[in-house]
Amino acid sequence: MKVGVFICHCGENIGRTVDCPKVAEAAGKLPGVVHSVDYKYMCSDPGQNLIKQAIKEKELDAVVVGSCSPHMHEKTFRKAVEGAGINPFLCEIANIREHCSWVHENKDEGTDKSIDLIRYAVEKVKRNEPLTTIRVPITKRAMVIGGGISGIQASLDIANAGYEVVLVEKEPSIGGHMSQLSETFPTLDCSQCILTPRMVEVYQHPKIKLMSFSEVEKVEGFIGNFKVTVRKKARFVDDEKCTGCGDCIQNCPIKKKALSEFDENLTTRTAIYVPFPQAVPNIPVIDSEICTYFKNGKCSMCVKVCGRGAIDFEQKDKLIEEEVGAIIVATGFKLYSIEKKPEDSPIKGYGEYGYGKYKDVIDGLQFERIASASGPTEGEFLRPSDNTVPKKIVFIQCVGSRDEAKGFSYCSKICCMYTAKHAMLYKHKVHDGEAYVFYMDIRAGGKMYEEFVRRAIEEDDVKYIRGRVSKIYEENGKYMVKGEDTIAGVPVTIDADMVVLATAMIPQPESKKLAQTIGIPYDSYGFFNEVHPKLRPVESSTGGVFLAGACQSPRDIPESVSMASAAASKALVLFGSDFLEREPIVAKVNENICAGCFYCKKVCPYNAIEIKEIPSKNGKPVRVVAYVNEGLCQGCGTCNATCPSKSVELTGYTDAQIFAEISAI
Amino acid sequence: MKIGYYPGCSLTGTAKEYDKSVRKTAEVLGIELIEIDDWNCCGATSAHITSHRLALSLSARNLLLASKQGLKEILAPCAACYSRLSLSAEELIKKPDAKKEIEELLGEEILEIPKIINLVQLYQRVGAEKMIEKKGTGNAKLKTACYYGCLLVRPSGLNSFDDSEEPQSMEKIVTICGAEPIDWNYKTECCGAAHSIARKDIVVDLSHKILTDAKTRKADIVITACPMCHTNLDMRQKDIKKKFDKHEKIPVLYLSEFVGLSMGLTKEELGIDLHFVPFESKTV
Amino acid sequence: MQTEKKTVNQFEPKVIAFVCNWCTYTGADLAGTSRIKYQPNVKLIKLPCTGRIDPVFIIKAFEKGADGVLVSGCHPGDCHYNAGNYHARRRWIMFRKMLETMGIDSNRLHFSWVSASEGKKFTEVVNDLINKVRAAGPFKSYEKINKEYVIND
Repeated sequence: MKVGVFICHCGENIGRTVDCPKVAEAAGKLPGVVHSVDYKYMCSDPGQNLIKQAIKEKELDAVVVGSCSPHMHEKTFRKAVEGAGINPFLCEIANIREHCSWVHENKDEGTDKSIDLIRYAVEKVKRNEPLTTIRVPITKRAMVIGGGISGIQASLDIANAGYEVVLVEKEPSIGGHMSQLSETFPTLDCSQCILTPRMVEVYQHPKIKLMSFSEVEKVEGFIGNFKVTVRKKARFVDDEKCTGCGDCIQNCPIKKKALSEFDENLTTRTAIYVPFPQAVPNIPVIDSEICTYFKNGKCSMCVKVCGRGAIDFEQKDKLIEEEVGAIIVATGFKLYSIEKKPEDSPIKGYGEYGYGKYKDVIDGLQFERIASASGPTEGEFLRPSDNTVPKKIVFIQCVGSRDEAKGFSYCSKICCMYTAKHAMLYKHKVHDGEAYVFYMDIRAGGKMYEEFVRRAIEEDDVKYIRGRVSKIYEENGKYMVKGEDTIAGVPVTIDADMVVLATAMIPQPESKKLAQTIGIPYDSYGFFNEVHPKLRPVESSTGGVFLAGACQSPRDIPESVSMASAAASKALVLFGSDFLEREPIVAKVNENICAGCFYCKKVCPYNAIEIKEIPSKNGKPVRVVAYVNEGLCQGCGTCNATCPSKSVELTGYTDAQIFAEISAI
Repeated sequence: MKIGYYPGCSLTGTAKEYDKSVRKTAEVLGIELIEIDDWNCCGATSAHITSHRLALSLSARNLLLASKQGLKEILAPCAACYSRLSLSAEELIKKPDAKKEIEELLGEEILEIPKIINLVQLYQRVGAEKMIEKKGTGNAKLKTACYYGCLLVRPSGLNSFDDSEEPQSMEKIVTICGAEPIDWNYKTECCGAAHSIARKDIVVDLSHKILTDAKTRKADIVITACPMCHTNLDMRQKDIKKKFDKHEKIPVLYLSEFVGLSMGLTKEELGIDLHFVPFESKTV
Repeated sequence: MQTEKKTVNQFEPKVIAFVCNWCTYTGADLAGTSRIKYQPNVKLIKLPCTGRIDPVFIIKAFEKGADGVLVSGCHPGDCHYNAGNYHARRRWIMFRKMLETMGIDSNRLHFSWVSASEGKKFTEVVNDLINKVRAAGPFKSYEKINKEYVIND
């Protein structure tokens, strides 16, 4: 085999600490190497031509390029080599920039190490086999997990482009947190008014299959070819028959046993319920925990009043399999409830604020419900404890955010804005009321955001106090908020009627489990990780899985919507081609020596190993061997390391190739 | 179980009864307290506001003596001693340069820095079972305000045994003892501390607020694990009464006295008869 | 930096690092782009996943003259192939017990998790191992095997 070696100077990047001509000279003496040169920029057009020319002139069979990391230019050089008629997989990269010139200072050492790295690569490439790229068909259908504003946006974008979407929502209705909000910053337009038309559009869209009250249970397969198992939880109401008339809800005798999730526990709901009147789908769910029928079989009022016979107490959870090519994860966030610490969380909590103990110490979402025209007070500002109008409200920002001692170290990003909005909404309705905001910094980056906060301070006379609150306690019917004004340098105590805590945004409690189910990485908080924070912000590191909204980090509505559209467009890019090209790095079985122990099958993370029968001449099966499904195999090589007879080998990383590299030491 | 013991100056003077009750309850619980030989001031108050090095070396000498005695753990019932000793121990561990400097001053190397614990931690360690087992007639149903003061659970990073803003550990012990801890607002507020003598007016105001809140929440007694707090809350009630006519006296006990009572020890054995505000238990 | 001025005849160890393509190899790339310096005694062998690492590779490396071996991949839960690093970890636990029988001091081997974002950690792990191996001296136990049995691959 004739090998050609090409050493790149990368301008000064390699050349400064590696004597490239010397490396090329040494490489030329390696066994098998017939040609070795160095050049200023090997990745440039003239550089690539240098390689192509040499291949033709010297009749090279394989090529080693000493240059930057293969993650940078492996594709470039493989393409160049292919252009000159060599199989692209007969080109190996020796990383003499990231792993050598940039990390070592001494030129002799750098040069010696580069020679070593080239030797490894030469030994490996001599044992490379020509391979052909694998083409896999793409299922042009997407799944969106989470039916909040991000999920809704992503679903509509993909569906409007003409592809089918399966939208999975774990709650009985789509809409997410946005449906709970009163007005939105910085325009103060009504949240439900802009959201509900979108929800209806999703419901009526012929290309969208909405699966509410459902959860993703299992994800198999890979980019372009996922098989997702969805658990459709039992609603105990037949969604085909139900018309959403609401008679069952009105007649349900269990009225006070459960707190309304939608109203953030400020009101109660019936046992058979829809979360809110504008729910999509408008099909009720029976809460079997509190329903009398499920307790003792004695009540079946809903059955009696339902004219369509839609109530079905016998309904069971259903597992439904969906085949999709792309998955968009848009599971959103949760507010950190400071009453109790989230499990397995390092957070210490804020017991001193009395949340859960004092009825009028509430969080931001509860305030949204009170401010909302559809909320428990129909938009009138009344305290939960006694339904009186609070004359003095204290808002506390950064509860749990930016607090390494007691909470999370990140900034929840939206609280500065929504607190200004809360204070403003309050002042608009209660003119003689006083609003105080305790803040650390005001972070109002965004179009018209800073102006919005200034308006709260200047026009609506909201009093901003820079400092933290140490505790809240009740005295003479008032909530004494003890804090510090760090600008004036004095301790302050405010006797408030109500306190609103801007608690941290945290990932959904099941986010880590979901991440493991799908196979995407997450950070220490449980937010999903993007591949690259700047250049690939909506892609997870698993091909075909994209991220949208607050499941990736705290985000406001405009950002979530932009992310959702970006994720949708990434899915559409994927659907733009019929086949997916994959590197042919897959496992292959030598059927002659495979003993059929199937240890490989046990360790394969992709279920890519199948059982194949080998027939004798007369057609009767004589023995079984392992067979690799190339479509499923992702090329991790775990089977290869496990196989006791070494009959399964990973192409591109065979034992012979690796031993050759090792022996080159 | 053997454990090092650092009484500190208060427990040999104004807080004799604290010392007495700590030793007595330890004895009943089967803990042997080994006093550090020739211990000296922990470096609190005047030392640590004058010179950091002085404060550190005073504490360091105590740690040195303890380690030479082979003590791995030291009980410091006084909250100020506990704070000084554990802060110093932490500094000596984290700053090798400071340790070297102090060792030069002391003329000896501190081979092993002992761990400092306070009385709450000791009672936590002994465990609920043992306390229940030793429980006598006790102070059943006594409504108790657990007062932590400023030093016992602060700074937050150092004392990981409880939350620094909303501590609950004493409440748990009180519950085990059969009494009823109350939910109140001033458990970590300042009592006036070292202003006890020089600025009595401050102490009277601050202590009054604390005791009034305890009273408002229907507490029968206040318990504390700090001799300074006890002095302010107990001794100064006479002055509080003078300034605030409406003030109703409320007995203030040490945690150790409280635990001792619930284990069936007498008031005299625990030194409760030495307090300014007399304590008449409902059941004892 | 970590290297002291070298004396002429000081022993310089050879360390082979078996790393996965997605985390540690990329982490080493990041060390490069961040220009974090480390000792040159290590050479990386790239594999798709730590799950591909056969314990035989490690023995082979020692046999062929390595003085130390590093195995490094994605953190648990972060494997690009979901579970490859768990298999690697299990194998490693078994393998470590065999090492002494084979006359290999376990100080010469290090198993670690280095993610794609831990360029700094990569250099620390590498420097640490190189220093340890340098202190342990050259690995000579297998020299004889190499001389007596010529193994052709």
